[in-house]
Formats: sequence, C-alpha cells, structure tokens
Amino acid sequence: MSNSNSSTASQPKYRVLISQEWCKGCGICISFCPKNILAAEGLDQKVKVTDESLCINCTMCEVHCPDFAIQIVPSEANNER
Amino acid sequence: MVSGIGCSSRAPGYVDFNTLHTTHGRALPFATGIKLAKPEMTVIVVTGDGDATAIGGNHLIHAARRNLDLTVVLFNNSTYGMTSGQYSPTTPTGAFGTTAPYGNAEQPFDICNLAEAAGATYVARGTTYHAKVLPNLIEKAISNKGFSLVETITQCPIYFGRMNKIGNSVEMMKWQKEHAVTKKQAETMSPEELADKFIIGELCHKTKPDYCELYDRIIEKAQASIK
Amino acid sequence: MSGNIKLMQGNEACAEGAIKAGCRFFAGYPITPSSEVAEILARRLPQVGGKFIQMEDEIASMAAVCGASLAGVKSMTATSGPGFSLKQENLGYASFTEIPCVVVNVMRGGPSTGSPTSPAQGDVMQARWGTHGDHPIIVLSCSSVKDMYELTIRSFNLSERFRVPVILLSDEIVAHMRERVDVGALESLEIFNRVKPACPPEEYQPYEASPETDVPPMANFGEGYRYHITGLTHDESGFTTQKPHKVAELHERLHRKIENHKDEIIETRNYYLDDAQIAVFAYGSTARSALRAVREARNRGIKAGLIQPVTIWPFPDDLVHQVASQVDAFIVPEMNLGMMVREVERAAHGQAEVIGQSLVTWELFTPAQVLSKIEEVFNWITSGSTSDSKPSRTSGALAAATE
Repeated sequence: MSNSNSSTASQPKYRVLISQEWCKGCGICISFCPKNILAAEGLDQKVKVTDESLCINCTMCEVHCPDFAIQIVPSEANNER
Repeated sequence: MVSGIGCSSRAPGYVDFNTLHTTHGRALPFATGIKLAKPEMTVIVVTGDGDATAIGGNHLIHAARRNLDLTVVLFNNSTYGMTSGQYSPTTPTGAFGTTAPYGNAEQPFDICNLAEAAGATYVARGTTYHAKVLPNLIEKAISNKGFSLVETITQCPIYFGRMNKIGNSVEMMKWQKEHAVTKKQAETMSPEELADKFIIGELCHKTKPDYCELYDRIIEKAQASIK
Repeated sequence: MSGNIKLMQGNEACAEGAIKAGCRFFAGYPITPSSEVAEILARRLPQVGGKFIQMEDEIASMAAVCGASLAGVKSMTATSGPGFSLKQENLGYASFTEIPCVVVNVMRGGPSTGSPTSPAQGDVMQARWGTHGDHPIIVLSCSSVKDMYELTIRSFNLSERFRVPVILLSDEIVAHMRERVDVGALESLEIFNRVKPACPPEEYQPYEASPETDVPPMANFGEGYRYHITGLTHDESGFTTQKPHKVAELHERLHRKIENHKDEIIETRNYYLDDAQIAVFAYGSTARSALRAVREARNRGIKAGLIQPVTIWPFPDDLVHQVASQVDAFIVPEMNLGMMVREVERAAHGQAEVIGQSLVTWELFTPAQVLSKIEEVFNWITSGSTSDSKPSRTSGALAAATE
C-alpha cells in the first residue's frame, strides 16, 4: 500500500492507503470524496491523494471502492480510534 | 454461502466460508438442502436478477413461501452481465439490451413485493451507492429467523450503463443516489414524484415460524407416533 | 434377527432400504410410478430423525439432495422419466463436484408423458449420458422387490465410497408389485460412510485424492473445514482453473475413479453359462421372464444361459467379451427399440452373433416370448446361421404378440 503524498505542515490526522495494483481507475472514489483530495493520475487514471491533511475520515472512498483498493487509517500521531 | 451463475455469483470465491457455486438459478434449492440438513448453519444465498427471478424464479417464490431461514442478497443490475448484456426480468420497459435492440417490451418485476407476497418475513432494498446502510440491512436480514431478501440495486456500466447511455459507474451511482427515497420520504411524495423513484431501507419485517422450526415439530409428532 | 419375512411393495422396499443405508434426507416431487417412495419416506424419515421435503419441481429436488449431502447427510431422490430428464443438469453438477447421492429412476413408458403406469426400459442410455460432457456415473438395475431394498443400500455404499451419484433403475412392474423380502437376512449388509479428511482444516485440499483411490476425502460443510466448491472446472483447491493440464487432470481422475475399480462396482448374476450355446443378456424386470425362458429352453435341450447385469454402467465388457468366445449368439430382450444390445455387440467384438429383441407395447416380456426367440435363434444357428435369414429384432412370436 503506497501513499504518494503527505503534507509537511502538520502530521495528517488520517492516512489514505491506496493499492495501485487493485485500483482500476473507475473514478468512483474521486467523484464521491467530499473534500476533493483524490485525483486520477497517468494513462491508467489510477487514484492518488492530493492533500491528505484535508481528509476527514468519512470513508466515502473506502466503502464505495468496488475493488477494496483504498482505505483510510488513523495516522500514528492520531490515536483517535 | 451459496450462489448461482452470473457476475453476482462469483462472490463466494472471495469469502472464507463453506462456499458453493451452483448451477444457474438453483442456488436456493441447493441452500434449502444445506439448511435442512444442518439448521445450525447460517446460510446466505448470493444471486442476481436473472439468476433469481428468471430461471430461478420458481425456486425464489417457493423458498419464500416456505419461510426457510435463508438470507438472499440479490444483486439487481437489470441485465445479464456475465453473458454481455441481455435484458432480464428487471430491465425497465423500453430499456435496451443485446436481446432488446428496439427497447424492452416487457414489464419488470418488483422483486421486493414479489418476495413479500410469496411469504418472505424480511425484505429490504439497498444500493451500492448507499454502502453504509447496506451492511445494516444485510445484518438484520441474517438475524431474521426466516426467509430474508435484500435487493441491492447495483450498476453494470459495461453493458446496461453503456447501452442505455447512463454513463460510467460514477454516473450510475449518482443515479442511484438521486432516485432512492426512504420509506418516510416516499410517504410525503405524490405518485408523480414517485414515478421514477424506488424505496430503500427495510420494507417488511414479520415474525413467523421458520421451516426448520415447523419441521422439528413434525419430527416430534412422528417419533411420538411410533412410541 | 434373521427370518424377518415381509411382504413389501418395490417402492416401499426402496424407502426402507434407504433408511437402512443411513439416508436421512429425501427431496422429491410426485410422479407415477415412483411417488410411493416419497410418500413412505415422508412418514418414515421424521420417525428416524431424518427430513423429507417435497420441492417445487425435480430440478429443485436434485439440488436439495446435493445441498443436504454436502452438509453431511446421506440423501436420495426418486423419480421417473420426465423428472429424470429435468434432473440431468444438477446430476451432472453432483458428478463433477463429486457429491455422494442416490437417484432412483422408476422407468415408465416413454418418451414424453408416454405411459406412466406401464413398464419400460428406455432410459438406460439417458442414465449413462443424460447430462452433458464426460462424467463418471454408476447405474444399477433392479429386477425384484428384494433388489429394491438391497440395491438401494448398495447404491448408497457405492456413492459414498466413490463420491459419485448412483442411479438406481427400476420400472413400473418391479416398483409396484409386492413380493416377500427376508429383511432379517439383509440385516448384516455392510453400510459404508464417506471417508473424512485426516489432515487439519488448514491443510485440506477438497479435491486432492490419493492415486490408489482417486477419491478425495470429504469434509462436510459446517465441520470447520472451510472450502470452495464450484461447477466450473476446478483444481485440488476447489477453486476454478483454466490451466489445460489441470483441466485434463480432473477429467482423467474422475474417469479413473470408476474405470480402475470396475471389479468392485460391477456385479452380474450368471445362470447356466458354462456350457451355454446361446446367452440371453437381460436386466431389470425382463430378466425375470428371461430366466424362466432359459430354464424352459434347457428342458427342451437347448443349451441356453443368462447374464443378468445388476450393474448396467459401467458396462460389464470383460464378462460379455469372455462369454462371446464361448457362445454362438447373444439374445438381448429389452423393453425399448434396442439400447443395451449395442453395448453387448460392442463388447462381443464379433466373436458371437448378437440379436436384439424389442418389446415396445409397454407390457412385460412373457417367458414364452423370450423362449420363442431362443428357439428361433437356435434353429437359425443349427441351420447354418446364414445372414439373410438372421432373426430380426421383432421377428418370431413377438410379431404375433404385437397384433
């Protein structure tokens, strides 16, 4: 699971974990993310995070992904859960 | 977990239970055998609109009539996706399919009403968009001791979506979002407003003795008769 | 408790035999002439803690039998022609996924609705090849009420032993007639149960079999061995595969499973074969008349013998081939237009003449009809057996009977 971008300002509360292998570029997560921090990248249109610090852990991406390719986990600094 | 044939029915291949991928339309009678032979097992049937209401329609209404303690999760994408897009018993009138090139002339089933009328004691409808509500409906369906059916409106962007110009999976999910109403909302809406809407959530929940319970009484009667 | 003589109907004997074999689940659908099996098991199974269910059709019945067997309960269904046709797809599923089960087919006049209350033997090829594709199957044939008791037990044992559906053929006569059965003498019949896996769940490969048996040990659903079954081509893990060599491996194993154990599976009843010049090959209720005719022929100085296959499939090739080297001719009386006669011809390899005898009036062969064919063939042989005067399938006394 790779995470292509973590903001430097403050430790993000949540981590957006994406499996590049399982993502098929359907765009569902991108369209339903209320904070618009997901975008399609490259020829395969695979998803990547633009600004992880804005993630509010609503998990709209996680529950809608048909291929279990995206997951939200609390970052180490934030033991909210 | 028992399934028939079709895109829906590939699901058992991904779960760590005793899983049985049976013949087209026959998941329910296979499941009936399992449940009767071992009532302590929780038996979930995964099926599609074609698998359950076309070739399997007769078994669906009878399993519901018997109120067998089975949970049916029915993926309704209004097409035969595995075989590349033929129309099915839930394809809307006028919609296109590879076998309905001029638009479907038939009336679709309302699966939930059908199941309730046949005798199901728990019926609910969800969609792939309402992915946070759906697990709760399925959970309640499993805990219902009797025939439970959860119809799940799902999207087939490759065939049904493409042929009917509804767009890709994102647009199809948005369509689900905009056309689903809860029971409460529906009660405040006029028939015209409801025309192109469908109700989601729990639609029916009755308590009736399930088949195994009734048959246990028969065993008691039979064994008393030979004492 | 030997000496427990009972007067039983064929279908009743089948039901009681099933219970004796350990059958505790029956799913069926009403159809003449097998309904009595269902009716009796509906009353008897709950008495022994078993379950009966009348399904919505025969397709569902066959499916329910498969499900119950997978959950660990010996299961059976009973039907006749039209229902047997409906069951073929799920019968093929049971064969390919190796689900032990017994399917009783009480044959009646066919095809189609045919003649529900008449005997016939027109389903013997369907019993072998009714479902599509190469598939292992075992088919037995009853010729008496005692058979319907004993062979039901044997059917369960074979199905559990080889994890294969076993079809028990009977017909309207044997199923509906009543005969005395010494149930006590059958008390000691061995009951076989499926072999369970010896390995722990995490090592279990549902379709991995030892080369000696080719039969995978079977873990029942709900016993902690979680695994997958599919009607798609599959490998040892139970999951589907399209790898060519795996596909071939599966088909070859399923074939070997029966082919390499024919000695255990094939049973025939042979009468007066040692010095026979003419051998009658007859199965089911026809064998009853054939035996009487063979004995009468002997009284008249004709060296006739009888081969009665209890196992129809796999076909007793070796026996027929060996007898073909001793006799001048086989006579194969059948209540159809000639089906098993082809197999006899194939197995005889031209070493002996093979003459069919067809009766399609949906009446039982009389001993006289079989005897007249034996005499006709005997006379033909002693007069040089010229091909132009070879007895035909319906020649002789049979022609008179059909008027």
